[in-house]
Amino acid sequence: MSALSQLTQKPWIWAWLGAVSMWMIITGISGISAGGQVLSAAASFGTFFVIVATGQMFVITLGPGNVDLSIPACMTLSATLAMKFMNGDASLLVPGLLISLTVGLAIGTLNFLLILLLRIPPIIATLSASFLYQSTAIWSNRGLRVKPPEILGDFAVAKVLGLPVLTIVVLVLTLAMAFMLHRTPFGLSVSAIGQNIRAAKLAGIKVEKTRYLTYLMCSVLAAVCGFVLAGFSGGAALNMGEQYLLMSIAVVVIGGTSVAGGYANLTGLWGASLFMFLLVSMLNTVGLSAGFRLIVTGAIIVGVVAISGRKSSV
Amino acid sequence: MNTPLVDMGGVEKSFGAARALAGVDFQLMRGTCVGLVGHNGAGKSTLMNVLSGLIRPDAGSLRIDGEDFDRGYDPATAVGHGIRCVFQELSLCPNLTVAENLRISHPSIKGFGWRKTAGKVILESLDQIFPGHGINPDSEVGDLTIARRQMVEIARAFSIVDSQVDLVILDEPTSSLDQNAAAQLVTFIREFVSGSRSVVLISHLLGEILTASDTVVVMRDGVVVAVDDTTNFDRERLVRDMGDVLVDDSGFGTRINTKIVNSDPVVTGPRENGHQLILYPGEIIGFAGLSGHGQTNALVKIFEAAQGARRAISATEPAVFVAGDRQSDGIFPLWSITRNISVSSFARLMNRFSLDFDREDDEAAGWHKKLSIRTADMKNNILSLSGGNQQKALFARALGSDAKIVLMDDPMRGVDVGTKQEVYEILTEEAALGRALIWYTTETDELKHCDRVYVFREGHIVAELSGETLTEANILSSSFEAEDV
Repeated sequence: MSALSQLTQKPWIWAWLGAVSMWMIITGISGISAGGQVLSAAASFGTFFVIVATGQMFVITLGPGNVDLSIPACMTLSATLAMKFMNGDASLLVPGLLISLTVGLAIGTLNFLLILLLRIPPIIATLSASFLYQSTAIWSNRGLRVKPPEILGDFAVAKVLGLPVLTIVVLVLTLAMAFMLHRTPFGLSVSAIGQNIRAAKLAGIKVEKTRYLTYLMCSVLAAVCGFVLAGFSGGAALNMGEQYLLMSIAVVVIGGTSVAGGYANLTGLWGASLFMFLLVSMLNTVGLSAGFRLIVTGAIIVGVVAISGRKSSV
Repeated sequence: MNTPLVDMGGVEKSFGAARALAGVDFQLMRGTCVGLVGHNGAGKSTLMNVLSGLIRPDAGSLRIDGEDFDRGYDPATAVGHGIRCVFQELSLCPNLTVAENLRISHPSIKGFGWRKTAGKVILESLDQIFPGHGINPDSEVGDLTIARRQMVEIARAFSIVDSQVDLVILDEPTSSLDQNAAAQLVTFIREFVSGSRSVVLISHLLGEILTASDTVVVMRDGVVVAVDDTTNFDRERLVRDMGDVLVDDSGFGTRINTKIVNSDPVVTGPRENGHQLILYPGEIIGFAGLSGHGQTNALVKIFEAAQGARRAISATEPAVFVAGDRQSDGIFPLWSITRNISVSSFARLMNRFSLDFDREDDEAAGWHKKLSIRTADMKNNILSLSGGNQQKALFARALGSDAKIVLMDDPMRGVDVGTKQEVYEILTEEAALGRALIWYTTETDELKHCDRVYVFREGHIVAELSGETLTEANILSSSFEAEDV
């Protein structure tokens, strides 16, 4: 009993419970084989959520006001420039990836410069800068879908022992991130800053350097996500990042990371990513329209934030 | 009319071994303002806490308006007899609006539209005391500047709903106010006491005492050492009465200097008005003066300089900071005691890739014992500790780091006497080992543990005291001196 009550204390448990119950509903409606398929799809699509949400999670953990709203534009710009450069040529894959990484580094740096030098709140800085990134993407390819090299598409959908390779890679990435979060000065500094930025400064933590690295990491992850997603979905499109804005925040919050900062959780992040994908699948299975799906998604996010806010104030 | 509003006789109060009040007689007539002065720990606040019913005295009598109170005198009785207080530690709830805060102390404001009524009452009071204050009763208190918060606190005490107000006790009411607002308050006090109502004013600003009060009561080490009409006092006599009478200066200058010979200074400030801040390894230097006169700011500047920022002050070695304002400058509320201690030593506690949790625990266990931090398990959350014990954890954080310069921002707030002695010894040891310490304190006695003392006033160093010149009287007089210049 106490083990059970201890388990319900874990902030990540709700996301996983939600994911499991969504899957059970889908399986109940469409049968076990459909359940297996949707699970495999969740493992693939969920990983894209995990990649961008991991960066967002570190940013949100920096404390109130910290959020990166330029993720969708960053994904689009990175994918567009890289795909255009490679132009389907597999031999240019490595330089293509380097271009994508460079876009991530540049965007992270620019975001942070706006925040630090112009003292613009992160929410405004990243949102307004994202118009710049998105416009650059539009200007660069004029709305055409640029196909990825075949090898990138193959990698994005490859499977080993029934598991998508991409899922395995992102699992390893998650483990590395968890290690960084809980065991390295960088991760602990992010948590300290989120709890009390002034105390962190006076405790000798390099606050601005840590914040810079965090925003940088977030943009680089978004850029890489855009690169791989373009391979997965057959090319870079201008609206490819659209749903990732809300998703990256929703997944972080539902996963049990504190919206007020200072506490982050990667176990919950995975659960929440699967949950969000399965929720949308479930609503599809039931046959609800896209508009209604969005309403339900929004209501769930509001509900989770309200409940987690109440818990912390008790 | 000749019965004193307040008549206290032979009031005694001890906290453990510390004798806060050693037989105090205190009278207050209607229609007067009494200025109560004395250095930190003289017993002023304790005496006023007795009067407001917050502290029960060990002995002595208390008469209000001729009525004798023996037992059962509590805050409610005091309020019932028209006694209100504004204490040093601000008591407003930051998450409520100004109007809502008024409602807390005036439960009689109720019913439909109470917010509006409360807003009106507090606004009237604010307008009366601080014309042009610019405070909206619907603002959340947490969003106001500290000066405005203090205005609200004062206005709240003076606002009248249905009960009478006979006496308002103001404990350091102007410590966060600017000169203009402080002057407004003094004017208002004179107006307030022109009828049959009274005020007790506690202030370190002697000019304020001299203009606002009719009578001055000087306290020192738990007794009243002088009572006289304000017209018979001037600044010089106040300082002398506060500091020189009964002063035991023997403690000053007894510290054995451990400054390392032929060493280079680790902190060097700019030369201003003939004074220059210099700190050598092995030294303990003190920052003195009234609170809020730039000492904390100077410490932060040194800290930033040590981190490589360009500041007027230069620091050549790494520095650590011991916060006095724990909540805003010190603790990480989601972390354990252990992690709160290790946070300044992450780099030192690293294995190849990861923080070494075993070493982190070992060091925390060492501090657990050395500073007798009262907890069963150092893995408990930092907030499970009492304020004084949280402060010990912050000391452990600083002393456990390998920084050479230790900056202390009035760090002994809420630390018990026994631990203070232990910490003094540890600080002396640390200096002897070659660390350089700067110690800002509002407790004059603590400056006895310093080699040299810089006195701050209005953001600048106005005196450097050491050896023969390092006396309590000198610290006091240079803290006040230029107030009227």
